[in-house]
Amino acid sequence: MTIEVVRPGPLCTVQDLGRPGYAHLGVPHSGAADAASLRLANRLVGNPEDAAGVELTFGGAALRFHAPAWIAVTGAPVRVSPGAMNAPCHVPAGTTVEFGVPSAGVRTYVAIRGGVDVPPVLGSRSTDLLSGLGPDPLAAGDRLAVGRASEPITVDCAPGYEPEDEPVLRVLPGPRDDWFESLEPLIRGGYEVSSHSNRIGVRLEGRPLVRRRDGELPSEGMVIGALQVPPNGLPIIFLADHPTTGGYPVAAVLTTADLGRAAQLRPGQRVRFRLLAGL
Amino acid sequence: MKVRRVGDAALLIETEAPHRVHAAVRRLALPEVVGVVPGARTVLVTVRPGTDVGRLGPLLDDLPLPEIDEVAADPVCFPVVYDGADLDEVAGLTGLSRDEVVARHASAEYVVAYLGFSPGFGYLTGLDEALHVPRRDSPRTAVPAGSVAIAGPYGAVYPTPSPGGWRLLGRTTITLWDVERDPPSLLQPGTRVRFAAERARVRAVPPAGSGPKGTEVTR
Repeated sequence: MTIEVVRPGPLCTVQDLGRPGYAHLGVPHSGAADAASLRLANRLVGNPEDAAGVELTFGGAALRFHAPAWIAVTGAPVRVSPGAMNAPCHVPAGTTVEFGVPSAGVRTYVAIRGGVDVPPVLGSRSTDLLSGLGPDPLAAGDRLAVGRASEPITVDCAPGYEPEDEPVLRVLPGPRDDWFESLEPLIRGGYEVSSHSNRIGVRLEGRPLVRRRDGELPSEGMVIGALQVPPNGLPIIFLADHPTTGGYPVAAVLTTADLGRAAQLRPGQRVRFRLLAGL
Repeated sequence: MKVRRVGDAALLIETEAPHRVHAAVRRLALPEVVGVVPGARTVLVTVRPGTDVGRLGPLLDDLPLPEIDEVAADPVCFPVVYDGADLDEVAGLTGLSRDEVVARHASAEYVVAYLGFSPGFGYLTGLDEALHVPRRDSPRTAVPAGSVAIAGPYGAVYPTPSPGGWRLLGRTTITLWDVERDPPSLLQPGTRVRFAAERARVRAVPPAGSGPKGTEVTR
């Protein structure tokens, strides 16, 4: 059974839960930027949570199903025709499913029962836009094989990503909060999401954090959700394809629960942070 | 050692012995640990979400460290043709002759401090201080795989074609990165590295000013 990419939209990639465990060799984590939405989509069609699906960036894609399929669409809400968000949908053979442009958020996930079956690289089928590992971004005419389903579909619908006007993301201070005068700019006023954002990171514009000390930080390991602060003082939220090591201090790190919401931040949107006390 | 919190699913261990800490954490083989990533003076330990990182901290703080000889990976020697595009510039910046630049680069012993920038890209410490030169002002958009380069206090070999701002001294034909290999990277944190000058192989079309035909490969 194959799926044909009729139109990829602005950016369309295959994603699963990435390549954890290779960061010491310089391999980015990669995987779905909003992993929570991909997991949900997989559960809705009876797939293991780590099955590969399709990540749409600003929607706009069209996929043709050459055989009957069950799909689930989650993440940034788009018009699915024929179909619906956050529920398993049956797609008859020969159907072209059109995805609209999201009314909020950035990334929409399409899970197909059985999972997208492209050759894995280092245990993952994810496209990594920083290192180039995994399949190329999808282009019109590409065909994707679908794997075999293992578990029955047991869910009718589920609460999905809920768009927010001005999200407040929770962060824990550190590991390098002591490099800054104060983390106060993070919590007061907020930031605007820059258009120079991608799967590597979300760039923010607003009040800069002020350094308390000069000098360079010896390069150290980085995590998804890190708020890395380059010399201009404006934080970058690292997403799935972030570099494995970096030489700019990390002022704070998002809680795991808020990583998916960060991946849905849209250029021009405002975002604020809430500082949780160190655990 | 000081252990810092990194969000709710990672810890950062500050240490002067990252390779020994890296090896020690891996030896613990804790099921909740997802990744162990050495940096220049740290080791990042990432764990499965939901793990009680507060309990893990003291465990890592008291870690018994193995001796460095126990954990060092097999040494690697790269035969290098020293014909890099930046050799003259490095000679100019350092006040050394081209031959001296090559001799100093090839006589030092290096250790992979950590990997980063791109898969398989090791930051090599041990570079002769006379060769500490800044990166190029404007990075090249394409540096070929196997390029032997220096920048700041570090040496490196580009494992895959990529953009890059390091100064190119030469090239090697050894494969550093292969996803079909296990592990995919020739270099690991702690791998000892040497370079050996090799004379240029004959090319089908010799570039202007290259050596005489029939040059034998010597190591």
